[in-house]
Amino acid sequence: MSLFKSKKLLGLALGTTMALTAGAAAAKTTLTMYYPVAVGGPLTKIVDGIVADFEAKNPDIDVNAIYAGNYNDARIKALAALKSGKPAQLSVMFSIDIYDLIEQDAIVAFDDIVSTEEDRKWLKSFYPALMENGQTLGKTWGIPFQRSTIVMYYNKDAYRAAGLDPENPPTTWNALVDAGKKLTKKDGSQWGIMIPSTGYPYWMFGALTKQNGQVLMNSDGNETYFNNPKVVEALSFWKDLSVKHGVMPKGAIEWGTLRQNFLEGKTAMMWHSTGNLTTVKKKAKFDFGVAMLPGNPSRGTPTGGGNFYIFKKSSAEEKKAALKLIKFMTSADNAAKWSMETGYIGVSPAAYDTKKLQAYAKNFPPAAVARDQLKFATAELSTYQTGRVRKLLDDALQSVIAGGKAPADALGDAQTRAEKLLKPYK
Amino acid sequence: MNPSLSYLRKAVTVVGAWLLAILWISPLLFAFWAAFHNPEDAIHFDLTAPLTLGNFVEAWNQAPFPRYMLNTFLLVTGLLAAQMILATLAAYAFARFNFVGGGIAFSLILVQLMITPEILIVENYATIADLGLADSLTGIGLPYAASAFGIFLLRQTFKSVPRELDDAARMEGCGTLGILWRVYVPLAMPTYLAYGLVSISHHWNNFLWPLVVSNSVETRPLTVGLAIFGAPESGVDWSIVSAATLMSVAPLLIAFLLFQRQFIRSFMASGIK
Amino acid sequence: MNFMGNRHVIGWLLISPAAILLVTFTHYPAVTTFFSSLFSRGNPIRPSKFVGADQYLALLDDPVFWTVLENNLYYAIGTIPASIALAIAMALLVDRALAGTGFLRLAYFTPTILPMIAVANIWLFFYTPEIGLLDRLLNPIGIETPNWLGDPSTALLSLIFITIWKEAGFFMIFYLAALQAQSPELKEAAKLEGASAFTFFRRVTFPLLMPTTLFVLVNAVLNSFKLVDHIFILTKGGPDNASSLILYYIYETAFSFFDTPYASALTIILLLFLGILALIQFGVLERRIHYR
Repeated sequence: MSLFKSKKLLGLALGTTMALTAGAAAAKTTLTMYYPVAVGGPLTKIVDGIVADFEAKNPDIDVNAIYAGNYNDARIKALAALKSGKPAQLSVMFSIDIYDLIEQDAIVAFDDIVSTEEDRKWLKSFYPALMENGQTLGKTWGIPFQRSTIVMYYNKDAYRAAGLDPENPPTTWNALVDAGKKLTKKDGSQWGIMIPSTGYPYWMFGALTKQNGQVLMNSDGNETYFNNPKVVEALSFWKDLSVKHGVMPKGAIEWGTLRQNFLEGKTAMMWHSTGNLTTVKKKAKFDFGVAMLPGNPSRGTPTGGGNFYIFKKSSAEEKKAALKLIKFMTSADNAAKWSMETGYIGVSPAAYDTKKLQAYAKNFPPAAVARDQLKFATAELSTYQTGRVRKLLDDALQSVIAGGKAPADALGDAQTRAEKLLKPYK
Repeated sequence: MNPSLSYLRKAVTVVGAWLLAILWISPLLFAFWAAFHNPEDAIHFDLTAPLTLGNFVEAWNQAPFPRYMLNTFLLVTGLLAAQMILATLAAYAFARFNFVGGGIAFSLILVQLMITPEILIVENYATIADLGLADSLTGIGLPYAASAFGIFLLRQTFKSVPRELDDAARMEGCGTLGILWRVYVPLAMPTYLAYGLVSISHHWNNFLWPLVVSNSVETRPLTVGLAIFGAPESGVDWSIVSAATLMSVAPLLIAFLLFQRQFIRSFMASGIK
Repeated sequence: MNFMGNRHVIGWLLISPAAILLVTFTHYPAVTTFFSSLFSRGNPIRPSKFVGADQYLALLDDPVFWTVLENNLYYAIGTIPASIALAIAMALLVDRALAGTGFLRLAYFTPTILPMIAVANIWLFFYTPEIGLLDRLLNPIGIETPNWLGDPSTALLSLIFITIWKEAGFFMIFYLAALQAQSPELKEAAKLEGASAFTFFRRVTFPLLMPTTLFVLVNAVLNSFKLVDHIFILTKGGPDNASSLILYYIYETAFSFFDTPYASALTIILLLFLGILALIQFGVLERRIHYR
């Protein structure tokens, strides 16, 4: 401890001396980063706050953090910036963009930037489940930042009213359907459950398939398993929730308005990103709980969200500064703060060891659910040509849930088309 | 005609007109309602719910709306100025100079009436990036600076200017541009006004092209700023979105309220009819 | 300097600034789009190569392409006549001195001032199931409502309605200007002859409005291909492409899938449509219109 402290002091002293000697003549490094937001709440303010802290501690680095919309927008903007005159040096982008970014030759692997033993240790300090989407070809390309899993938010008051135990939410598909039936009111004023089928349907589906014991793609990103019988079964279950069991409304359920539906008591349970947790906590006027998703039989969820990437087109100096910024933003303290203010997962075990987060989770147990669920987590759907492959699956899912197509047909078509797209990458 | 029947007909017309009007203005009315109420009250239509200005404060704090507004203002005015200058020059040529190739050139220009820059969004974005104009207001405006519609409109107006006025001005020693400035431009004022209204409302509302070109707060116009501010992915909060919307449309709304008679009159006097 | 001798030079000089920009952003990209559509999708690792008509063959085999094409057709049929008819009706209504004409005019015109992208969020509230305005109004009086945006059979219809709402008020302005410029004597004469209001409209007013209608029609047709803003907020083209349009698919292909050549092939198809429609409008219709 004392060694660590003195090291820190030494660093500080060294830094000060260097700053003094170099004086104002030292050139400032300016970093531009784009980042997305896909959940509720004033997240841009929080990011700006952390960035301001970083700038205060690193006067030689200026950070220009630009909020760019949703994940799709952020990737488009960052890549567009690379081609135009004002490139970004790092960005938070969708964790599943990795293959496209590699194919575009846009990013560098962190293994090629880190130099010290300490840095290499840092690379290993995150939850392994969160690293899955950031690693391929034997290297690490993305560092987890705004990462989430899907959790089940449920209305405890509604549970009580329906004679269900609010402390024991369903842990299996069958129990989920049973609970849903008790919670669904005949007059349509309250549904049992809502699983969003717009925005990120493939993500929700990734949870259902994992629970049914099957993943959607291989780790090389060139093979999908959309027509696997267990995948088809998972989709049948999703469809049956509305068609057969009548516990979920028919048609597509909108990702963006679902939170309002839950807060208004129109559904007793919703599956949504853990990134919504803090906003739900602030706005819910009833007693609510957060549970891990149920299983059939084993639990499962994909991880989700955004990773840090560093762009190839930046100078060695900029890469160094970018790495520094990433380390700062994912440090235990900041990860803890970020997790408390949003509901996203603290990306490393160290974050959950901080006093702040421990105290917070003790007071508010839902804060730890997403983390606990990581042991059941798998990677989010990510392949080469990921946008297209994802759209194939999204369309197939919507054609079944909203359009009445047979699950096997829709998924079979999607698989055939995905195979065609991925053929060149084998 | 039976007088009572005609009275009934008139009543039906009035009622129909008002119903249509209420339907048409309802999104704006709802925006007003939601913007001044707490998010929970806004979707319940509880008439006794307390009024609040909190949504405006929050919207103002969450995104740099003044900057977005400035961007839009600069874009719309700069673009309008460029459009008018370019269109005036070209329309004058087409109306009064019977130059070789003019007919073909005019038809080629009219192609833009149907093929606007956003239709060719991919290649136009590449061009703007090659010119180093990506993420700049110039880059957003440039493809629209030459407006076929403006040229067409002004050409019609210029053609109706009596030739004698030309000759008189020339006698007084005016050059080509002098005649344009002293004779044609003043006579075409209603057309400029009408065109200005069309151009402003179009570019104030334009979204797809600015979305692609702008990359940062310094260049985002209101539409793009509003779109990423209110993106449904982030969980819609209608009260704040409504407050933001009202703040951004206020200038145009007030301008229309003040000048609606002049607008209509200028449309009547211009060639657009 | 001889004025007449220089008219060619001066003419070209005057149009050159506008012409250069128009060529740069209309004609040149149309040509490069075509060339780009003949190549394969490339990236730094796999450079693109000439593939001839492959992109077009891929289009034929792409169910999404056929869906957006069909959708766009419905979108055009759904929005063009309705918004023009409504615009004429609105103009006729505010042209006479009804009670509160000022308010009516403003009400009809508001959609023009509200950016589509902002107002789409408000429409989202109207359409949202369970908690939305439409469901709140209709469900209590016993009307079963569909999941407007979440049901493939109503999603496009919901968007069409917003587009009509957006366009009608804008087009009204043009009709209103034309109506107010018509001579009142004409109306008086018709009244004396005992012509009914409808006959008068059909025989006199409407034919006189034809030039305006041509102008409005050109705009409405163009908008039916380029007005896709609300899709970004409301449906993202879903569910299962039920509300996707050609331009939105082009945007997705080019900017989300990085497939420029395929987007180019789609753009060429769009250009073909616009070209054919332009020929019909300017060639056939214009001949039927008697300008003053």
